[in-house]
Amino acid sequence: MSTRLANGGRLVNRDRAVSFSFNGKQMRGFEGDTLASALLAGDQMLVGRSFKYHRPRGIVASGAEEPNGLVNLGSGDMFEPNARVTTTEVFDGLQAGSQNHWPSLEFDVGAVNAKLSRFLPAGFYYKMFIHPRPLWKHVYEPFIRQSAGLGKAPKDRDGERYEHFYAHVDLLIIGGGIAGLVAAKAAIGSGLRVLVVEQTAAWGGRAPVDGAEIDGMPADQWVAQTVAELDAAENIEMRTRLMGAGVYDHGYVLGYERIGDHQPGASLPKHRLWRIRAGHVLTATGAIERPLSFAGNDVPGVMLASAVRDYAVNFGVSAGDRTVVVTNNDDAYRTALVMKEAGLDVPAIIDARDGGAGALGAEAEAAGIRVLKGKGIAKVKGGKRVTGVATCAMAGEGTPQEEIACDVVAMSGGWSPVVHLWSHCGGKLLWDEHHAFFRPDPERAPTGAAGEAFVSVAGSANGAMALANVVVDAAAQGVAAVKAAGGKAAKVAVKAEAEDMAAMAPVWMMPQGAKYELRTKMWLDYQNDVKVSDVQLAAQEGFESVEHTKRYTTLGMATDQGKLSNINGLAILSDALNQPIPQTGTTTFRPPYTPISMGAIAGEARDTIFQPLRKTPMHEWHDAHGAHWEPVGHWRRAYCFQQPGESVEDAVQREVKNTREKLGLLDASTLGKLIVKGPDAGKFLDMLYTNMMSTLKVGRCRYGLMCSENGFLMDDGVVARLSEDTFLCHTTSGGADHIHAHMEEWLQTEWWDWKVWVVNATEQYAQVAVVGPKARKVLQKLGGLDVSRDALPFMGWAEGEIAGIPARAFRISFSGELSYEIAVPANYGQAFWDKLIEAGEEFGVMPYGTEALHIMRAEKGFIMIGDETDGTVIPQDLELNWAISKKKEDFIGKRGQERVHMTDPDRWKLVGLKTVDGSVLPDGAYAVSEGSNANGQRNVIGRVTSTYHSPTLDRGIAMGLVKHGPDRMGERLEFPKVDGTSVHAEICDPVFFDREGEKQDV
Amino acid sequence: MLTLNCPYCGIAADETELSPGGQAHLKRFGPGSSEDEFEGYLFMRENPRGVHFERWRHSNGCGKWFHAARCTSTLEVFGTYSAQTVEPPAELRKTISEKRPGWSWGEFS
Ligand SMILES: [Zn+2]
Repeated sequence: MSTRLANGGRLVNRDRAVSFSFNGKQMRGFEGDTLASALLAGDQMLVGRSFKYHRPRGIVASGAEEPNGLVNLGSGDMFEPNARVTTTEVFDGLQAGSQNHWPSLEFDVGAVNAKLSRFLPAGFYYKMFIHPRPLWKHVYEPFIRQSAGLGKAPKDRDGERYEHFYAHVDLLIIGGGIAGLVAAKAAIGSGLRVLVVEQTAAWGGRAPVDGAEIDGMPADQWVAQTVAELDAAENIEMRTRLMGAGVYDHGYVLGYERIGDHQPGASLPKHRLWRIRAGHVLTATGAIERPLSFAGNDVPGVMLASAVRDYAVNFGVSAGDRTVVVTNNDDAYRTALVMKEAGLDVPAIIDARDGGAGALGAEAEAAGIRVLKGKGIAKVKGGKRVTGVATCAMAGEGTPQEEIACDVVAMSGGWSPVVHLWSHCGGKLLWDEHHAFFRPDPERAPTGAAGEAFVSVAGSANGAMALANVVVDAAAQGVAAVKAAGGKAAKVAVKAEAEDMAAMAPVWMMPQGAKYELRTKMWLDYQNDVKVSDVQLAAQEGFESVEHTKRYTTLGMATDQGKLSNINGLAILSDALNQPIPQTGTTTFRPPYTPISMGAIAGEARDTIFQPLRKTPMHEWHDAHGAHWEPVGHWRRAYCFQQPGESVEDAVQREVKNTREKLGLLDASTLGKLIVKGPDAGKFLDMLYTNMMSTLKVGRCRYGLMCSENGFLMDDGVVARLSEDTFLCHTTSGGADHIHAHMEEWLQTEWWDWKVWVVNATEQYAQVAVVGPKARKVLQKLGGLDVSRDALPFMGWAEGEIAGIPARAFRISFSGELSYEIAVPANYGQAFWDKLIEAGEEFGVMPYGTEALHIMRAEKGFIMIGDETDGTVIPQDLELNWAISKKKEDFIGKRGQERVHMTDPDRWKLVGLKTVDGSVLPDGAYAVSEGSNANGQRNVIGRVTSTYHSPTLDRGIAMGLVKHGPDRMGERLEFPKVDGTSVHAEICDPVFFDREGEKQDV
Repeated sequence: MLTLNCPYCGIAADETELSPGGQAHLKRFGPGSSEDEFEGYLFMRENPRGVHFERWRHSNGCGKWFHAARCTSTLEVFGTYSAQTVEPPAELRKTISEKRPGWSWGEFS
């Protein structure tokens, strides 16, 4: 069993006990424990089930590479799935639950999948899902649903807080182990802004666990001294619990900091996403131990040798009473010695090498540990926990020789440098034959804006494995990095004694000639249930590319991202393909290094600050008067104003009627208002609009269309000529910024010698549309500007004061009624609105919203950008030829509209649609004709673009685009509905109301 | 996440401040142009692995359009320059030749 040792645990505080729960069971740990160490201290080795076969899974590792220990944390709005037990710090009250088991961790129904493993080979998903559809519903889906998904998706809104943090540094050092600290010493007094980050809560990495000596002192002491020294340096910022998650173009790095995770209730953000720009990045990310592939290497109790050592030294936890070490290198001997020293049994070290280890080998034998050389593990005994191993000759097929009882197997297949961050932005790797690993190729580093190498690597991440080499490499890399970042490097002299170590021997399968039966029990990827036999099968089936094999077998997918499984899988694939490992290559390392929370990515961008919210000057009044809001771009506009007890639909109908019969007010402040000024303004607008703007007289308004170079209609609005060289262009509400940018683009990049200046004055004015038969009366009552028909005719504008407020009145109408759009300085907006409401009372004034606006324009057959247009519609489709100049040689979109497809007489054109039964056509409905197309779908000949119930006509009205529409007046079209029935409509003139325009021109 | 030096305000602008505008040095073809000319102007684009000329706008900054010459495979930026020109400046072309001998792009080399 695993338990807490009487002594030891450099990272835990035995004076501070914490209690937590796992699957409802109360457990205890100490401050400083990870969830993994606390679980092991409570004899909880089993933490989950594998994805495909639901095999029992125990803790394997002690760090970010842990494949099995993924748990659900918390509940309700604090629920978090897929938390890694090895990187989760335990705290008082923590609730954890295992994932991917049903109905319980101990007894899992899905485990029957394991019995079917012969039928779930590599590529099983691909092979299975090409079968006919009915099987999906009845066989596959229920099966997948039962077993799919590692964690559960949270059901509640996340109750935690997250934030983003920006940092600009000259040098970023990622990794606070010995290499990172040594390298950082070179930056002391360098004049550079330096940030050093460490993903765990403790500095120093592995060296203190390994009992190393640096500069003649114990590693722990050296680390404390060095951290103090770096902390004291003004130019260096030191941060723990901050992981380098991803390295991107030009020195952009994402960091992931855990702040509130281990201190709930402290009113802190849970995570912080660091968005770092670094002049130079030095990664000192260490190395990860590799598992060995032997039969039964997934039984709980089989762990990485380094992890077994970590739990003993860092947390004072023994993974078990009897530990068998199996290795192909010297480093794992340290685990045997640590366990022995803790008073535990180490029945044997099984060393795959015939020659065994160097000095550590002698030390082990002196401690009374039996060392078996040239041996391997034939098979691990046990189901939910290791009970023993059978040994075999490494060279053979796996005939068992001897059984050794144990409850822990500490395995080491050698170490792989953590090259993820180096590789994220294009750093290439080279194969190091001697150590059998990939390490960064300094000749092919990621390059920055100036073509310089902006990432370098130090220590074991760079392939320097023994501590003596680590300190030398890190010092050199630190100095080089400081120089690369433009600083003056300090001298760094750190010493560690070289040890007598024997070379490691690559072992990709144990034993070397393992039979098929054993190979089907050798796990490469614990999380995704990929075995040696799966990769071999993939190779047999022709998957020669490592990227294809990865996807076919799911090796190294999901959260593993190649941490544990990578090299072993590549080696097996290379062997099966009969080619050297570097020829097989690696899969692509993608950020993030380990999963980061969605909350951290979102940061503060939620609720009201998700995006900017734009409000007109009259927003508060609308809000207080029943506004039913709708988003229009970043604006909020009133859809309608509900009176007490009134439905939204009824409010809209009332507003239309009131405006047509009496007086309506619309807040039109959101309309884009672009001022285009300069000697060439007219010439410029002639290019921008399809019609002629340069001939517009001062004091007059003209409706205009704007197209893209493709010819498609992109915006419309009324242009007023303010003076000889000044135009005011109104755009759609959502279009102001976009059209402003469009104008700037042409002015800056095509006609840069034209003398034109554009200003977006949208927010400088509040604009109110005063609409209805009583519109003139209310303005005359307010007094000031002459708004009579003669002084201010239709499509004219005038400037003056109304009710003492400076105003510009445009006689334009989007409703077909007598209408004045009046712009006042934004800060007068509310005052002007108040005066209109007050003075309008006797005329029956009511505010109206965007829906009434839409209905009134549809009754008049006016198009709306975004309804009648969708980016594929040209003005000619909308029967707007009258607004397209034939005299102009050129305008943006003219050439585009001359293309064959655009002049095709079969293009769908705008018409009105009247349902036969008076009902409202469904929005977006298609008109069908006889016959069907090649896919068996009905042929279509048109579609609905706008559809409303018209209160004025008391019937459904619509506009639509119909093939040969204008030539088919009076014809009836069939529009099938979603419910299978059809509705019929007659093609008619799109102007449903006041065809002659008498009402607006009074 | 590139950084490009805005030639107008002179700052190293983060990509979040910038909007991409596609290929640089397009020649506009309007009415009177042939179908091939118009298609070339509107749709046909270089897609090099290596030296490339692009349009960018410092949209969340000074608002100005500018041109950038960079390497699409290494992300090295050779230089940025005014958008108000029909060809890359000679000085910049020389710089690129030093770093990428024998380069060519469209009609330029
Ligand atoms: Zn700028």
